[in-house]
Amino acid sequence: MLTIKNLQAKVGEKQILNGIDLNVKAGEVHAIMGPNGSGKSTLASVLSGREEYEVTGGEVEFLGKNLLELEPEDRAREGIFMAFQYPIEIPGVSTINFMKTALNEIREYRGLQALDAVSFLQLMKEKMKLVEIDQSLLSRSLNEGFSGGEKKRNEIFQMAMLEPKLSILDETDSGLDIDALRIVANGVNKLRNKNNATIIVTHYQRLLDYIVPDYVHVLYKGKIVKSGGKELALELEAKGYDWIKNEVAVA
Amino acid sequence: MSKGNQVLEEITSKEYEHGWTVDLETDEAPKGLDENTVRFISAKKGEPEWLLEWRLKAFRLWQKMEEPKWPNVHYPPINYQDIIYYSAPKKKATLDSLDQVDPELVKTFEKLGISITEQKRLTGVAVDAVIDSVSVATTFKEKLGELGIIFCSFSEAVKEHPELIKKYLGSVVPMNDNYFAALNAAVFSDGSFCYIPKGVRCPMELSTYFRINAANTGQFERTLIVADEGAYVSYLEGCTAPMRDENQLHAAVVELYTMKDAEIKYSTVQNWYPGDKNGKGGIYNFVTKRGLCFGNHSKISWTQVETGSAITWKYPSCVLKGDYSVGEFYSVAVTNNHQQADTGTKMIHIGKNTRSRIVSKGISAGKSQNSYRGQVHVMKRASNARNHSQCDSLLMGDQCGAHTFPYIDVENNSARIEHEATTSKIGEDQIFYCLQRGIDEEAAVALIVNGYAKEVFNQLPMEFAVEAQKLLALTLEGSVG
Repeated sequence: MLTIKNLQAKVGEKQILNGIDLNVKAGEVHAIMGPNGSGKSTLASVLSGREEYEVTGGEVEFLGKNLLELEPEDRAREGIFMAFQYPIEIPGVSTINFMKTALNEIREYRGLQALDAVSFLQLMKEKMKLVEIDQSLLSRSLNEGFSGGEKKRNEIFQMAMLEPKLSILDETDSGLDIDALRIVANGVNKLRNKNNATIIVTHYQRLLDYIVPDYVHVLYKGKIVKSGGKELALELEAKGYDWIKNEVAVA
Repeated sequence: MSKGNQVLEEITSKEYEHGWTVDLETDEAPKGLDENTVRFISAKKGEPEWLLEWRLKAFRLWQKMEEPKWPNVHYPPINYQDIIYYSAPKKKATLDSLDQVDPELVKTFEKLGISITEQKRLTGVAVDAVIDSVSVATTFKEKLGELGIIFCSFSEAVKEHPELIKKYLGSVVPMNDNYFAALNAAVFSDGSFCYIPKGVRCPMELSTYFRINAANTGQFERTLIVADEGAYVSYLEGCTAPMRDENQLHAAVVELYTMKDAEIKYSTVQNWYPGDKNGKGGIYNFVTKRGLCFGNHSKISWTQVETGSAITWKYPSCVLKGDYSVGEFYSVAVTNNHQQADTGTKMIHIGKNTRSRIVSKGISAGKSQNSYRGQVHVMKRASNARNHSQCDSLLMGDQCGAHTFPYIDVENNSARIEHEATTSKIGEDQIFYCLQRGIDEEAAVALIVNGYAKEVFNQLPMEFAVEAQKLLALTLEGSVG
């Protein structure tokens, strides 16, 4: 589904990604871990098409298309979804209204008719149940005055609504207490199927207790320095990132 | 007016009492403005003597007044002698189909979601008899007549209901209120008159659209709405379709008058030609709008969506004379390119326990300047007066300006006045969040801006609100990125 080859990127004058290689197939969950400043969030931003990040080399192919040539909105319409680390507030725009606009724009891009109000409502009700979110929250202005947990739950609700092929969860566990973490993880798990894929960007192992990854990659200084199965995350947790840093230094 | 002025005026007016003849054959007054012009207009409209005198008085007052310089707008001096003040409504050439209309205009109509019938009406294409707006208007008029509601053109009202016009004309906006109001009083072309009798709730939104002779009311429009005891009316002015006019200067006057327990809700969507991208052309819109809550427990509510005109100078106000009366002002003012707007409201609290609420949402883009100017005045007698003002500005890009000029005068210690103001920018982060959900930049801006202005749009009648949202998006098209 997603093939990243030797991806390099910078912000301003600062080179952050120094040659990333990654292969994600449908049905897989990949966790990208790494210490602060290793380039995890940059990778997520580059894939979603943030303007401030300049790609300086490499290739990214998504479902047979050159992802780097697509506008951010077209990447979303092709099926890439990013759950933001800091979801933004949009006053006066309810989540319902926001999702209706997004869903219909995506449908239009795919040559589908806009959903009528009844079908939309039905879809919404179904997804609300799935991710355990209350309608009163969805009627409020998007993320305005939401708690940290509510914001993240709202992100997962949007993910459920848009049914992306590839979801990128950027530090979704940050700022969540254990109950919120469980609800968010449950939502993600329910949305997993053999046709979609997930990339989880995280600093801590604890989210991976709930969302079990197929692969774990460790990012350090803009490169994937170690890859393995889910047990790698546990090893990291036990030994700390210094273990990786030392290993890299020795090599 | 001082005694000296009064005497002076009587003398001067006497001089002009006789000896003027007016050529009724021509359809157009010669360029320029003098007493002759005023007499010409009045004669053309077949007005009674008292109205001519009223106009002349206003003209003489106007001559002694000066154009206001305090608004935060800049434009070359207006040559008042270079304007034609009266021309008979010209019959527009009737077209056979929309194909003959400027395709750009049709595109705009489509974006606004204006129906084909309406498009035809606006561009002067012949419309089927069945859906002809005139016949619709006639039906409405009959229905209103049964309830005793008077809704007609100003000229018609002068002929049919002179006692009402005599009583209320200038009762809210005196002829010498300001420079542009005086000019309007002297040369007003036509407008609307509406009277809702005691205890009647007008069953439909009244709009100039449903009024016969609504077209070509000219550049000096005058509207007067009176709601008698316990009456209610919602009135819509303007439309979202772009309005072009050969006349650059527009100076309208609107007067609202509510008796005890009465309510008037007045909604405007103004979309006059704003000039081109470089600021050439465009309408100068200098409007005086004021409502008088005369009776106790009466209410006047202004809602405006201002997107057009090169220059807007407009302060729909409420004079809260009756005890427990309520004044409201909800405004969205958008400026783009080189537009300039200086708009806001005045809430004058005279009666006891009067309340007012101001919600102003300014949006500036391009190289435009957008000013909110509002006054809250609590007079000595107005104990327990309350006001809440919310003035927000939204900036798009870094070449526009947003300004807020609040004036608060309180003469009674029991008053409670609250003023909140915010300034914000549409953030890159907000736009990116939308993009990442598959919403393109234009739709994102529309979404964000409409969310920002929602509180005001909620005050508009449903259909109008939907159109206004589209209009807002259209006005700001291409102003980000």
